[in-house]
Amino acid sequence: MTKPLSDAVQSLKPSGIRKFFDIVSEMKDAISLGVGEPDFDTPWHIRDEGIFALEKGKTFYTSNSGLKELREEICNYLKRKQNIKYDPQSEVIVTVGGSEAIDIGLRALINPGDEVIIPQPSYVSYEPCAILAGAKPVIINLKAENEFRLTAEELKNAITDKTKVLILPYPNNPTGAIMEQKDLEEIAKIIIEKDIYVMSDEIYAELTYKGEHVSIASLDGMKERTILINGFSKAYAMTGWRLGYACAPKEIIKQMTKIHQFAIMCAPTTSQYAAVEALKHGDEDIKMMRQAYNQRRRFLLNAFKEMNLECFEPYGAFYVFPCIKEFGMTSEEFATRFLEEEKVAAVPGNAFGDSGEGYLRISYAYSLDNLKIAMERLKRFVQNLRK
Amino acid sequence: MREELLSILEKNSRIDLKELAVLLGAEEIDVANEIKKLEEEGIICGYHTLINWDKTSIDKVSALIEVKVTPQRGQGFDKIAERIYNYPEVRAVYLISGGYDLLVTLEEKTLREIANFVSDKLSTLDSVLSTATHFVLKKYKDHGTVFDKKHEDEREIITP
Repeated sequence: MTKPLSDAVQSLKPSGIRKFFDIVSEMKDAISLGVGEPDFDTPWHIRDEGIFALEKGKTFYTSNSGLKELREEICNYLKRKQNIKYDPQSEVIVTVGGSEAIDIGLRALINPGDEVIIPQPSYVSYEPCAILAGAKPVIINLKAENEFRLTAEELKNAITDKTKVLILPYPNNPTGAIMEQKDLEEIAKIIIEKDIYVMSDEIYAELTYKGEHVSIASLDGMKERTILINGFSKAYAMTGWRLGYACAPKEIIKQMTKIHQFAIMCAPTTSQYAAVEALKHGDEDIKMMRQAYNQRRRFLLNAFKEMNLECFEPYGAFYVFPCIKEFGMTSEEFATRFLEEEKVAAVPGNAFGDSGEGYLRISYAYSLDNLKIAMERLKRFVQNLRK
Repeated sequence: MREELLSILEKNSRIDLKELAVLLGAEEIDVANEIKKLEEEGIICGYHTLINWDKTSIDKVSALIEVKVTPQRGQGFDKIAERIYNYPEVRAVYLISGGYDLLVTLEEKTLREIANFVSDKLSTLDSVLSTATHFVLKKYKDHGTVFDKKHEDEREIITP
């Protein structure tokens, strides 16, 4: 074949994580701190419902927007936890993971040339999805001095006449940063004044260690301009089930449903039945897992303190984001040497955007025993570097 | 702090105070005081070790015994329960709702010893009406821990 492939797709940079993955997979017996998914198994009662759905022969498509019962439970959950009221009939769509919701949400909003504001460091999909939707990504480089929160000032400076939507990725992967109510109120003023949409990716909402998570959609005047994205992967340790959802005004959901209908048809049926069980009876599981994550978070922060490694205290997700600038290496050099010399894999911060340069993402979706060994090795590694 | 402290200790009673304080985000002295209080209040009753005896060469036989009894005036089941739990070979005694009254668990070296306990000691107590003895063939899980199961991490090494 001589005809060229899609320019837009070819122009996408491969994920920085992929590159590091190739190095790591060469290594036998390395300890990994590199995953973005829970170490817990999906709670048994949830798996059991999935099995039961299969046994009962529930193996057909569901409606495009997802099982009615699941959409109702999603609305109950958002009402119960965050006091936001959505209509299960018209304002919810069940997707294949939060990632599909990001993709179709952007595609439903964007006209060619529209600008999408993306604060970084953040999850690797936003920028490529925005580009594929025909938008121009506008990056905000978040700062460690603000604990990687988005400030009103930064947002104001990034907005132009062409700005269509702000992506709000909190609790944040990879920094672990959160946005508290007062932070959200500050930026909501500007969002309303400038009349832009918000895509709020709240996949880590349940993993917050300082008060309860607040959704920007719960603030006055925000629900009508927000696509709220959440899912089951992180809260219920259900990554492999591939199930997420988006809630938004019905005009937006209607357009998103069209794309979903033609590209996907519906989210996996087995997963949807399991998810109903998760929402109905999973609160205790979340509590147990959050408590374990929080203990590990404290353990890591204390370990950094003991080895004098600079790190702000993150209150969300399951990542810590220590600063490695003192060693005069790039994130990639640091991560590669750490891997080669101590056999521990952590992801270089720049994989999540240029402003992640000089940082390392360390995941604590690992047992304490594992983290203990890894921290001993990190301590030895930084001590040798400082010599 | 209390609930979280207990749930950590229940899983790992050998954890040292310093680490415990880090995990709880508390001061060591406060954690030490709390543990002392929990011991004094009889909430923490011991620091035991979970052993899978099947993997040793030491023979042990466990039995669960259902016991029907006549409750005694003024003392209900407590008196007879005490009579039973005072035998050192008795591991646990529970008051149970349903078809029988007391569940007694027992651990001995041989089947014969358990049989002797039931026939000589337990059945001869005045308020014991009947017993049904079940021998344990295999222990799969105890105290929330699955025996004989290695947990492999099946995740990719690096994911976004």
